[in-house]
Amino acid sequence: MSLAAVVQMLLSGLLMGLIYALVAAGLSLIFGLMDVVNFAHGELLMLAMYATFFLWRGTGIEPLLLVPVVAILLFGVGMVIYRTLIARALGVRANRGMVQIFITFGLAIFLQGAAQFAFGGDFRSIGHSLLANRTVAFAGVYLPLPQAAAGVVCLLAFAALLLIARTEFGRALEATREDREAVALLGIDRDRIFALGWGLGAASVGVAGAMLAGFYYTSPDVGANFALIAYVTVALGGFGSLAGALLAGVLIGEVEAVTAQLFDPSLKQVGVLGVYLLVLLVRPRGLFGTL
Amino acid sequence: MLQLEGVSAAYGGMAALHAMSLQVAKGEIIAVLGANGAGKSTLLKAIAGQVERRGAIRFDGADITRLPAHRIARLGINLVPEGRRLFPRLSVEANLRLGAYARRGEAGRFAPLDQVFALFPRLRERLAQRAETLSGGEQQMLAIGRGLMTQPRLLMLDEPSQGLMPKLVDDIFDAIRRIRDLGMTVLLVEQRLVEALAIADRAYVVQTGRIVLAGAASDIAADGAVRRAYLGM
Repeated sequence: MSLAAVVQMLLSGLLMGLIYALVAAGLSLIFGLMDVVNFAHGELLMLAMYATFFLWRGTGIEPLLLVPVVAILLFGVGMVIYRTLIARALGVRANRGMVQIFITFGLAIFLQGAAQFAFGGDFRSIGHSLLANRTVAFAGVYLPLPQAAAGVVCLLAFAALLLIARTEFGRALEATREDREAVALLGIDRDRIFALGWGLGAASVGVAGAMLAGFYYTSPDVGANFALIAYVTVALGGFGSLAGALLAGVLIGEVEAVTAQLFDPSLKQVGVLGVYLLVLLVRPRGLFGTL
Repeated sequence: MLQLEGVSAAYGGMAALHAMSLQVAKGEIIAVLGANGAGKSTLLKAIAGQVERRGAIRFDGADITRLPAHRIARLGINLVPEGRRLFPRLSVEANLRLGAYARRGEAGRFAPLDQVFALFPRLRERLAQRAETLSGGEQQMLAIGRGLMTQPRLLMLDEPSQGLMPKLVDDIFDAIRRIRDLGMTVLLVEQRLVEALAIADRAYVVQTGRIVLAGAASDIAADGAVRRAYLGM
């Protein structure tokens, strides 16, 4: 294997890994805040991809410029999901954990079915844009521009999340995470914090989806694979840890790329889950977990 | 300032308060005394909106019986809970500032910091430390300080002396007196009867979820028969 091929492999692993990391960050944020696993997380990614595709097709606006629009849209979707479904699920008296699992699981199936009905099963892709199908070659290594832009935007999104964590609102998020009853005693409306947390988590996956739509086929079931990887990423990185999600996402992207290159592309998930099981055996709370 | 009329509350499915009635007037320190499990903590939680309750709870004339906990807090009632309930991984400063979070947009919302540092100078030295690294006494100071940052008119303290060394217990009780002198009203649940009765104006004695005795703190402290019958001292 030539050096160029090795660099190529690591580069594509890194770029995909950054997308995985941002999807996982949204999942981790919601889970860390209120111990709710969002089984519809992949479907939020799917919604973001369709939103990007149709906004691009309808307006012709450069997809890169649509990223903030889609992020705000998904922020709203996250808030609505919290207010209409999750807040109610948190209020039930019996089997609260089960109700939460089924309600997000049911939402996932509903959104997939609704997308199938509304958009059909066709694979959609953004055919022409500033970046579409362009690559930069350097010393035998090819850098596809949509993927490169996605990597940069994902890193920027992480920087934004870290900045938010340092604001007063970020401290309130962290405090709610640590003791949701104590914040109410300080006059903090934890329901509002939860809703904003869902908004932020969904906006993160919205950014990832908007960038992913630039080089990946959009279909009603596109979310499933990414969601599976996001659950593994969160467990690997440690629940609730942003830095953990970033590093674990990149690690998973690399493991996937190396497995696909050295063995067979169809084995890439075997490689990812193999590494995951290995980490669980050695360090069950994840690489950066504090729980 | 605060009136309870026939307030009952359940905690974990078990009735913990039975038709309790009590009054707190502005500027008073009121002690609520009684054995473990008598319902003292549940009483404070019922006022703060943390447990289901029935009856009538009025604060400055407004019915607060059905309000959620954060709305009650915004009206000016702060509960410094049993076990402190700090945010362990946040800094001392972040813990304090979160007390003023609900007043975002108000000018001077961090002004009580000066009061807090005057009461507990140790907190100023520990600002950058995580709350979990503080000693027990410092954690109690921080819990009270965080409560003061909400600018309460009624401060409710649930066993502030719990687990503290005698010297620190004196400091905490001294601070409570000074907090009242700043113009706040204090409702204090305590197991340390002598110290609590020494700073309180009036006291209620609670047994199995009912008020069995009410009166001036000095009378209760002086009445040997009452002390033996209800307080085991």
